[in-house]
Amino acid sequence: MSQAEQAQVSRSVRNAWYLSTPALLILLVGAVGPLMIVLVYSFLLPGKYGNVEWGFSLDGWRGILFTKDIFDDTLVLADAHLTIFWRSIKLSLLTTVFTFLVGFPTAWFIATRTPKSRPIWLFLITIPFWTNLLIRTYAINEVIRTEGLLNTILMKLGLITTPLQIIYTDVAVFIGMVYVYLPLMVLPLFAAIDRFDMRLLEAGYDLYASRLQVLRRIILPIVKPGLIAGSILVFVPSLGAYVTPRVLGGGKQMMIGNFIELQFGQGRNWPLGAALSMLLLIVVTIALLVYVRYANREDANV
Amino acid sequence: MNAQNAVEARNTVKAFGQGDAQVRALNDVSVEIRKGEFFTLLGPSGCGKTTLLRLIAGFEMPTSGTILLDGQDITYLPPNKRPVNTVFQSYALFPHLTVAQNIAFGLQMLDKPAAEVKSTTEKMLALVKLEAMAGRKTSQLSGGQQQRVALARALAPQPKVLLLDEPLSALDLKLRKEMQIELKRLQTETGITFVFVTHDQEEALTMSDRIGVMSAGKLQQVGTAKDIYTRPVNRFVASFIGETNFLTATTEAGGARLATGDLIEVAGTTPGQRVTVAFRPEQVRLVTAGEAGAIPATITNLVYFGTDTHCHVALNDGTEVVARLQNPSTGDAGLAIGQTLALRFAPGAAQVVED
Amino acid sequence: MSDRAFQVSRLPGFATIAIGVFLALYIPIFTLAAYSFNTNISMSSWGGFSLDWYVKAWNNDQVKDATLRSLIIALWAAVISTAVATLAALGTTRRKAFKGQTFIYVIINQPLMVPEIVTAVALLIFFAQIKVITGYQGLGYLILAHSAFCVPFAYLPIRARLEGMDLSLETAAADLYATPWRTFRHVTLPLLLPGVIAGAMLAFVISLDDVVITEFVKSGGQDTLPTYMLGQLRRQMTPEINAISTALLVLTIALLTAFFLINRQNDKN
Repeated sequence: MSQAEQAQVSRSVRNAWYLSTPALLILLVGAVGPLMIVLVYSFLLPGKYGNVEWGFSLDGWRGILFTKDIFDDTLVLADAHLTIFWRSIKLSLLTTVFTFLVGFPTAWFIATRTPKSRPIWLFLITIPFWTNLLIRTYAINEVIRTEGLLNTILMKLGLITTPLQIIYTDVAVFIGMVYVYLPLMVLPLFAAIDRFDMRLLEAGYDLYASRLQVLRRIILPIVKPGLIAGSILVFVPSLGAYVTPRVLGGGKQMMIGNFIELQFGQGRNWPLGAALSMLLLIVVTIALLVYVRYANREDANV
Repeated sequence: MNAQNAVEARNTVKAFGQGDAQVRALNDVSVEIRKGEFFTLLGPSGCGKTTLLRLIAGFEMPTSGTILLDGQDITYLPPNKRPVNTVFQSYALFPHLTVAQNIAFGLQMLDKPAAEVKSTTEKMLALVKLEAMAGRKTSQLSGGQQQRVALARALAPQPKVLLLDEPLSALDLKLRKEMQIELKRLQTETGITFVFVTHDQEEALTMSDRIGVMSAGKLQQVGTAKDIYTRPVNRFVASFIGETNFLTATTEAGGARLATGDLIEVAGTTPGQRVTVAFRPEQVRLVTAGEAGAIPATITNLVYFGTDTHCHVALNDGTEVVARLQNPSTGDAGLAIGQTLALRFAPGAAQVVED
Repeated sequence: MSDRAFQVSRLPGFATIAIGVFLALYIPIFTLAAYSFNTNISMSSWGGFSLDWYVKAWNNDQVKDATLRSLIIALWAAVISTAVATLAALGTTRRKAFKGQTFIYVIINQPLMVPEIVTAVALLIFFAQIKVITGYQGLGYLILAHSAFCVPFAYLPIRARLEGMDLSLETAAADLYATPWRTFRHVTLPLLLPGVIAGAMLAFVISLDDVVITEFVKSGGQDTLPTYMLGQLRRQMTPEINAISTALLVLTIALLTAFFLINRQNDKN
C-alpha cells in the first residue's frame, strides 16, 4: 500500500472510533462499567444495613450454595437457594419448549399467508412484543386470577364449582412467561421459514416423502437456525425474569431475579446479590457463546 | 507533457488486499487521453477499466503512479475538487430529489448564483429532452430517462472530462442503440472529453475516436477502431474484438510456413521463429481445389447467418479455420459439407501477433 | 376447490394452533381494557360501562406526576440514544472491517444480552456511590440509564437503513463537488432520516416500557408510570390500573402503527 492509501485507511478507522465514542461512553457509564463494580462487590463483606464493607471475602460466592448453621457455624447446603435455582431453570426450559411447540405452527402460519396479508399477521405478533411487559403480565393476571376471566367462564359453564387456584403458583409464572416471551420465539422462526423456498416441499412430496418425513427431513433442518435463535431469545430473559414471577408468583414463587433483588432489599446481603448477578451473567454469556459458535458454523456451511 | 492531453495516467498501479492475497487491478498502466476526444476503455469484466476510471474520478487512490488532468497532478485530490464528473453504471440518482434538483446539484455545490443554476439546469433539461419531467421524482422515470438525467447531471457543471462507467449496460438493445447515437451527439455538441468504459466491443467500435483495450490490469493496445480491428498487437486484442482465426507457423523468408507445409504471406518477420498468424474470417477467400499457392481444405460445417454464411473448413492437418462469405442476393454459393477446396487471403490480411 | 387441493405448505392443525395463539395473545389484553370501563370496583363482576376510572386516574396527582416523568425520561432517552446511535451507525457501517469493530458491536448491543436485573443491580450499586459523592439526586440517573439501554434499539434500524443505502449516491455527491459535510447534509442525512425516526420511536417505546432498571435506579418520589403501577399491584388492585394500562397500550400501538406505516412507505420507495 502506498502512504496515501495507508493514510486513507487509518483516517477511516479513526473516524469510525470518533463516531462511535459517544455511544460507547454512554454505555460504559450507564451499563457496562457498573458491571465491573458488581464483580468487585461480590468479593466484599456485607454491611450491617445493606451496602458493603471494604474487606475481601468469598462469603458472597459461597453463599450461593451454602449457609452457615446458626448454632455451630458449619456450612450446610442451602436448600432454599437450590429450590429457587431449580425453579428458575425448570420454568425457563419449560417456557422455551412450550413457546416452540405453539410458536412454530404460528410462525409457519404467518409465513404461508399471501404476501399482502403477511405483514398484518406479523404486525399482530409484534404489537404484544413491544407492549409494556408489566401490562402484559397484568393482563394475564386478569385472566387467571381467582375471580378472573378463566374461573368465571368455567364456573358459569358449570365445569367447576370452586375457582381454580392458579395465581401465585409455578403454573401461573409459567403461563405468564409463555405469554410474555412467545413473540420472541415466533419472530426468528418466521424469519427462518420466510427464507425457505416452498418448492423444496414440492420436491420432497414429489420424491414420495410422507408429511411426517417432509416435516422431519426438510422442514426441521431449515427451521433449526430460527429455533436456536428463538430459544436463546426466550431462555435468556426467562432465566433473568423479575416482573412476571413477582406479579404472578406473589413473592413466594421466587426466581433468581427476585432472589437477587431480595439481597439488595430485606436480605441486606449485597455481596451475595452481586455474586448471584455475576452467576446469572456467566450462565447467560455461556448460552450466547454457544449460540454464536453455532451461528458461525452455520454461516461457514452456507 | 503534451498540452493536447486532457487526462494522463502515468505508471499507475492499484493493488487490493495484502500479501499473497494481493491482486493488482491495475498493473503499470500509462495512457494519454486527448482533449475533446471520445476515448473508450474496452475490456472484459475485471480487467481494471473501471478501476482506472475511479482513479481519474478520485474515488480511489493509486498504489503508485500519477494521474494528471490538463497537465496538473491530481493523484491525491479528493473527487469534489476535481473538474471531472461521472455517469455511474447504476446512475446513482438522488432518490429524494426531483429531476431538476438532481441536475442542479453540482452547480449548487459549486455555489453558482441562483440565476445561473436555473438557466443551466433548463439548458441541460432541453439538451437531454426532459423538460416535461423537471418536477418528477427520479423513481418515476423509465430506465432510459434516468440515464439521461444522469448524463445531464454530470454535464451541467461543464466538467473538463466526463467519465462514463458502462452507462448503457442496464438498457435493452433498442434503447442502447438510440443512446449510443445520443451520446455521440452530446459529445460533439458539448466538445467535452468523454472517457467511456465498456465491455461491449460494438459500442466501443461505433462511438469512439480512440479505444484502449485492457486485459488483466494492463493496457494492451491504444488506437482508432480501425487500427485495433485491422492491426491487433496481440492474440488477446485480436480475439476480444471481432472473430479471428489463429494458426501456428514457422517464419521463413517471404512468409510463414504452416504445419501442413503451406506458406502464408506475412510481412516483416525474422525467419526461423514459431509465431501465431492471425486473420479475420471475412479475409478468407474460397477457391477451387488445386489452385496454385492456395491452401487445400475440406468443408466441415456451414452455418447460415442471413447476411452471410460461416464456412468451417479443416486444413490437411485437421486445424480448423472459419471463413465468412457474404450471401448472394439469390441462390446459394453451391457449397456442401465434405467438399474439398482451397483457401486464399487478401494481400496483407494475415499478420503475426504476439501471444 | 382450492380447499380440497393438496397444498404443500399446509400442515394439519397448524392453522388451528396459530389462530389459538393469536386469540390467547389478544384476549387478555382486551379483558384488561374491558375492565377499565367497568363501574364496579371489585373487578369480579361487570357493573356497567363508565369512564370513571379514567377520570380518577386523570385526577390522581401521583399518576399525573409519574406520567409526566415517564414522558420526560423517554423523550430525553430517545433523543440522546438516537443521536449517539446515529453517529455510531455512521462509524460502524460501510467501511472496511477494522480492528475493534466487534468490540464496538458487543458494547452497543450489550443491553440486549445482559439480563435486565443484572444491569439494574449494577446501576443501583454504581449510582448509590455517585449519589453519595455528588449529592445529586435528580432525574439524570434515570435518563442516563434509559439512554444506555435504548442505544441498541435506536442503532439497529438506523444501521439497517445505512446498509441498504446505495454507496454510489455519496460518491456521486462528492463527484458533483459536495464537500464531505455537504454530502452528509444534503444526501446522507435526508436518506437516513426515516431510519433515524424509526430508531427514535423504538427508543421512546422501550424507555416508556421499562420497569426493572427504573425500579432499582429511581430515588424516592421518582416513580415512572410503570413503577407506579408495579407499586399499586402490591397493594389493592383497582380498575384505575386498567385505565392507565389501556391508555399506555393505545399510545404504544399508535407509535408502532406509525412505525409500521413509515417502514412500509420506505419499502415501496
